[in-house]
Formats: sequence, C-alpha cells, structure tokens
Amino acid sequence: MPEKLNLNRVAMPKQEPKMRAGNFNEVALGYQAEDALAEARRCIQCKKRSCTQGCPVGVDIPEFILALRENKMSEAVKILKGKNALPGICGRVCPQETQCEEVCALGKKGAPIAIGRLERYVADWELAQPASSKPKPEIAPPTGKKVMVVGSGPAGLTAAADMAKRGHKVTIREALHVAGGVLMYGIPEFRMPKRIVQAEVDYVKSLGVEIKLDSVIGKIATVDEILADGYDAVFLGTGAGLPMFLRIPGENYNGIYSANEFLTRVNLMKAYLFPEYDTPLRVGKRVAVIGGGNVAMDAARCSVRLGAQEVYIVYRRSRTEMPARREEVENAEEEGVIFKFLTNPEKFYGDEKGWVKTMECVEMELGEPDASGRRSPVVKKGSEFKMDVDTVVVALGTTPNPLVPTTTKGLDTTKKGTVVADEASGKTTKSGVWAGGDVVTGSATVISAMGAAKRAVASMDAFLKGQ
Amino acid sequence: MYQIVTREDLTPEIHLFEIMAPDVAKKAQAGQFVVIRADDRGERIPLTIADWNRQKGTVTVVFMEVGKTTRKLATLKAGESIANFAGPLGLPTHIDKYGTVVCVAGGFAIATIVPIARAMKEAGNKVVSIMGFRNKNLMFWEDRLRQFSDELIVTTDDGSYGRKGVVTIPLKELLESGKEKVGLVVAIGPTVMMKFSSLTTQPFGVKTIVSLNPIMVDGTGMCGVCRVSIGGVTKFTCVDGPDFDAHKVDWDELMARQRTYLDEEKRSLELWKQSCSCGGKT
Ligand SMILES: Cc1cc2nc3c(=O)[nH]c(=O)nc-3n(C[C@H](O)[C@H](O)[C@H](O)COP(=O)(O)OP(=O)(O)OC[C@H]3O[C@@H](n4cnc5c(N)ncnc54)[C@H](O)[C@@H]3O)c2cc1C
Ligand code: FES
Repeated sequence: MPEKLNLNRVAMPKQEPKMRAGNFNEVALGYQAEDALAEARRCIQCKKRSCTQGCPVGVDIPEFILALRENKMSEAVKILKGKNALPGICGRVCPQETQCEEVCALGKKGAPIAIGRLERYVADWELAQPASSKPKPEIAPPTGKKVMVVGSGPAGLTAAADMAKRGHKVTIREALHVAGGVLMYGIPEFRMPKRIVQAEVDYVKSLGVEIKLDSVIGKIATVDEILADGYDAVFLGTGAGLPMFLRIPGENYNGIYSANEFLTRVNLMKAYLFPEYDTPLRVGKRVAVIGGGNVAMDAARCSVRLGAQEVYIVYRRSRTEMPARREEVENAEEEGVIFKFLTNPEKFYGDEKGWVKTMECVEMELGEPDASGRRSPVVKKGSEFKMDVDTVVVALGTTPNPLVPTTTKGLDTTKKGTVVADEASGKTTKSGVWAGGDVVTGSATVISAMGAAKRAVASMDAFLKGQ
Repeated sequence: MYQIVTREDLTPEIHLFEIMAPDVAKKAQAGQFVVIRADDRGERIPLTIADWNRQKGTVTVVFMEVGKTTRKLATLKAGESIANFAGPLGLPTHIDKYGTVVCVAGGFAIATIVPIARAMKEAGNKVVSIMGFRNKNLMFWEDRLRQFSDELIVTTDDGSYGRKGVVTIPLKELLESGKEKVGLVVAIGPTVMMKFSSLTTQPFGVKTIVSLNPIMVDGTGMCGVCRVSIGGVTKFTCVDGPDFDAHKVDWDELMARQRTYLDEEKRSLELWKQSCSCGGKT
C-alpha cells in the first residue's frame, strides 16, 4: 500500500439537520468525485472478497471499486449492473451494515468501506450521463412467449426487466396508479427521490415491458384467467402490503394511522404539498410512532417535516434490537426524534370528538431470545404510564395482501399469509406461477426482493424455453 | 386515461359518467365500487358502480358535488378523460332468494340501489323499494327503480313529491303491518340514514345490510383508513365490505372517522373555488 491505511470512512455530505427538518429534499447529498475516489482508495482489494459473499445478489464489489478508482466509470457501471439492475436504489436503501459492509476486512480495525455510498455514486454518475452515451441493453430475439408480472415493486420490476431481456413479451399489472411499489408509496422522497425510481421504471419500459396501472389482480382478473388468456408464465411480486394493527382498545380513534396510510398519503399522494395536491394528512403536535424498523423511522421523520413539535419512536425492545438501518436511526436522532425504548402501548383514550388524546403504555424488560433470536420483551409489572399524544402511527409490520392467494386455485400460502415458493427457483405450488419478494418472505428488503426475482427469472426462462 | 363516454346531469348537482373501462365492465357486479382520481394531483376517492355495459366496455358512476374532487369532476365533459379508474373493488352484494327484499335508498344512493334491486329481482325475490329525497328537485331514477320493484314508495322531506317525511317511516309501517314477510332489508344512503334504518329494523329482527362509505385511499386493503368496527371486530370496508350487517356496525365511530378531514376539505374547496377557471361555481 502506497498510502497509510485510513481507518475512517469519508463522511457523507448531508443537509444540516435544522434545514432538512423543514423540507422533503434528499438528506444524503451523495459523494463528490474526490470523496468517492478517497473512499475507494481505502479498499485493500483483499483476496477474500467477503463483501461479495455478504451481498444478497453477489455484486462484484472489489472489481467495481477498482474500476472506480482507476476512473473507468463506464466499466464500474457495467460491473455493478451485471448483478444489480437497481444500484441507485440499493445504494440508498440497503442495510449495508448487516450485509457487505459487515464482513468487510477493514471492519476489524476501523470503519468498513462505505460500499453503499460508492454504489450510489456510480449509479448517480450513470444517471447524469446523456442517454446517447449509454450502451443499449442487449435484448434477445423474441421467443413468442408471454409473461405476466403482477406488482411493480423491486421484485416485479427486476423480474420484468430480466425476462424482457431474454426475449419474452412482458406485461406488468399494478394495483396503484404509479409503478414502483414501496419505493413510491412507502419510502419518503428525502431518502429515495422519486425521480430515481421513475428513471428505473422508464428503463424497464424501454426494454419493451408494458405497464398497466389501476389493475387489482384478484378483482379485475384472476391469475387463472391470466393463464387462460394466453400467458405462459405469471410472476407474483405483490409484496406485503397489509398493515398490522396493535389490536388494543381505542385503536380506531381519529389521528391513529397505519404507517401504510400515513406514508401513502405523504409519498404517493403528496400530502406534504397539500392543498396544491388534493390529499390531506393531519399531523398534530405530539406524534408517537410505534415500531423500530425503517418504516417507523420514515414515519417519524415525515412527522418532523410536517411540523410536529415532539416526535417519539415507541419501541418495545431496546436500541440493539431495532431492525432499522443504522444511518436512518442516526438521521432521525439528529432531526430531534425522541426514542422511548422498552415501551409498549396498551390502550388509547380519545376526546369527545373521537380524536386520540392519550396513550397508555407499559415498560418492558428483555427476557429470553425468541424464535427470531432477538431477546423478547416482557411487561414490567405496575409500570403503566400515560403519554399525551394527538397523532399515532402504527408501524408494526405488514403481511401479504390475500387478494391474489384467495382468488387463485392451487396457490398455497403459509399460516402467516405468505405465498409458498421454492427458495432456489421461486416456483409456487401452482404450475406456471412463480413468486418472489415480500409476498414470499413477509416484509424484508429491496435487495432480497430483487435477488428472489432473479432466481425466479432463471427458472421461468428455463421453463419457457423447454416448453 | 379513462374516457367519459357520456355525461348526464341527473340534477343540477348530481351527475352521471359512463366511463370507458372494458376490463372493469367485464367483472363489475352489484354492490362493488371503483376508486378514481380526477387528475394527476387528485386524491383517490371511491364511487359505487351504478351500472355497466359489458359489450360496450363501459361502467357508469353517479356522484354528487360535495368537495373539491367531485366539483372538479363536474367540470368535465363527455369526450374528456379522468386520470385513474381502478376496480371493481369490494365484495359484491350477496344476492340470494330471501322472499321479500326491501330496498331503501336515501338521496343519490339510489344509483347504488338500482343494480342491487335488479339483481334481487332477477334472483326471484319480491322487491319493495323505498326511496327518499330532500325535495322533488333532487330526485332521479324513480322510473328505473320502479322497473325492478314490485312496489315503490317515494318520500321527500318537505313533501314536495310522494309522502312527506323520511324513509324510516314507511319502512317501520311496512314491518309493523306484518303484511309482508320481509327476508332482507338493504339500506343505502348517507350514514345517518343507514344508522336510523338499522335502528328501525332492529326491533323486528329483520336481517339488514348497509353499504358503508368511510374515507378510503387505496381501496385494496393496504392502508386501513377504511376500518370500521363490526360487532366489536375491526374490518376493512374496501375488502371485507362495503356491505355489512347493519345491526353490528359501530355507527358513532364511523361518523367520527368520516369527519377526520372536514377542515382540510373545506380549505381545499375554498382555494379551488377562488382559483379555478369556472369562477367559483357553487
Ligand atoms: C416505509 C418503508 C421503508 C422501507 N425501507 C427499506 C430500506 O431502507 N431498505 C430496504 O432494503 N427495504 C426497505 N423497505 C422494505 C422494502 O421496500 C421491501 O422489502 C420491498 O419493496 C419489497 O419489494 P416487492 O417487490 O416484493 O414488493 P413491493 O415493493 O411491496 O411491491 C408490490 C407491488 O405490488 C402491487 N400489488 C399488490 N397487490 C396487487 C394486486 N392484487 N394486483 C396488482 N398489483 C398488486 C403493490 O401495489 C405494489 O406496487 C421499506 C419498506 C417500507 C414500507
Ligand atoms: S381504503 Fe385503504 S385499506 Fe381500505
């Protein structure tokens, strides 16, 4: 090594907390060229390549970092996109600290390479290049086979793009009025700019994929009807869109939202621009967000931006068990979100007009590890206390929407409502139907949804070519 | 984009759109609804399906001008389009042979009742219909409902047409008289009207279904804003309904939830009236 090893990563330029608490613009501004080069130079190009093994889709990380620091940007893009079609999205939202960065060799002595930030840098560089300079994607000659992809989240978009490149005629049907799934309706603009998602959707369309919106499968048509209609294969990427509630007294008072409702109003319907956009959202002065995942952080940080004075994250376990990306927890703290750990709501009280006024909680202690390996919380006796709140967002997680499974003959589901699919191939119990992403795993990650779609594509393609 | 094939003004403030949406038309059934968006900045609102034409590929919806979205819709002419039209959503009304079915409609919900009355009649029921309006000028589709009804009673609050009073009066009389063995009451209209219809039938123990109309966003079970308490259990209207057993509905909770955005709706409408090219037509 010519230079002394720097154990600290190059900081991500960010909007100042005071400033960003008042707008919905992206918080992390992205590396400048010199930042990216400096960070890329920290990579020791070790032979172990643990990072690649830590990546759910096996991106050739040392190679793209090498290309980046040799200033071969097009080459870096090519390496990255060889395994991951949506680097601009993954660079922003992947939980790198539990994947590639967790196993980085540098992590033993100091900070691991900021792989996610470099990935984003390369993706943003490509997006900024004129269309004419970009290599045309290679599309195989038409196979004459028709594929229906249900749902347009990361799983659906990935499956559609890869099947189209293999020469199949692909149609996506999406229930909502825009494509993109959670990336559009769930993750806020300040973390996942919609123009980036739109660019990915446009890219998928440029491969010849037709996207039909406003199509709730199970209602407008069933999977059986789609198969009877001449489609040779169906991929289900319908996600896990059904919100879980606490099921405690008073949960239907006004001012208590599921995170899905809250975030859909803000992100998909642009309630933060009300009345310029028609959809309203009422956020009060004291907001409690229940949960400790990315969804909870997003809801809390939206509340800050919508003018709430005090925003609490109420989570029944402790900080170490929080499933949210570390960076977002830090961002939330910088923005003034207050964390109440080991706390669980038990009951809501309302005012005479039916609006939530008070939340009764109990304190928790950590007991033995549960099935998920996390220490499970138990109620501390006699610890009841009340919090005054006027807005509550319930972010406990989601399960798959039963609309498709209940209307499809022979499609098995688990007790949790997820679709049964073979992990290696995405094959469901119904012939001609594959599934991948949150609909199979329950709420997980963007990258795992993409990985599942890629495995399903390999299997679907082999099936169609063998037909 | 979904084209408005025909527009009809049923009253000065109640309008009918026949919309080109062949896939929806193919599947539509009585009691279901669609979620629409007027334009790219619009909110998603549910509208019940009033009729459909599978050959032509059209679906008919009827709406009253209340807030910004419905007023915006009212400015559109035949040949113009709306941005989004998703459906058919919700479960269809359960059609069965009940003997005598009483269909009660309050105000413009007559548009919802007509396809249900038609389906009930086709299933071999005797259909007795009661339709109520505030006054004669707000009435429409009396002839359509009569077509599928063995008997039709019309009421107006001010007595300007038919019987003076509200729909629950003839409903109560009918049940009290015992001259019909009523197997089912279907009551659809404003929430208060459904609540009082429910209270009217309850003492008689007659099965009564209502079509609930809470605030909705997606209409697919994704957000939970449409949750209602049915016999103490939370249900999502858009996927578990919109039809529910009237005697199990928590009416007060429903009415409180419907009022969530009254202030915002007012503000939105005022601003729109000031800015829109129609010069604030009210
Ligand atoms: C607020 C929030 C923040 C998150 N943050 C992160 C993060 O930082 N990092 C990360 O990796 N992951 C994050 N996740 C999780 C991640 O977004 C999901 O794991 C991922 O989007 C799953 O992709 P998918 O394609 O399986 O499903 P989805 O993205 O849910 O897409 C499913 C699509 O199918 C459509 N659909 C559903 N039913 C039907 C039907 N019947 N007919 C037609 N269409 C239908 C839906 O409308 C939707 O568009 C977050 C999730 C949320 C909600
Ligand atoms: S309208 Fe969103 S769940 Fe019913």
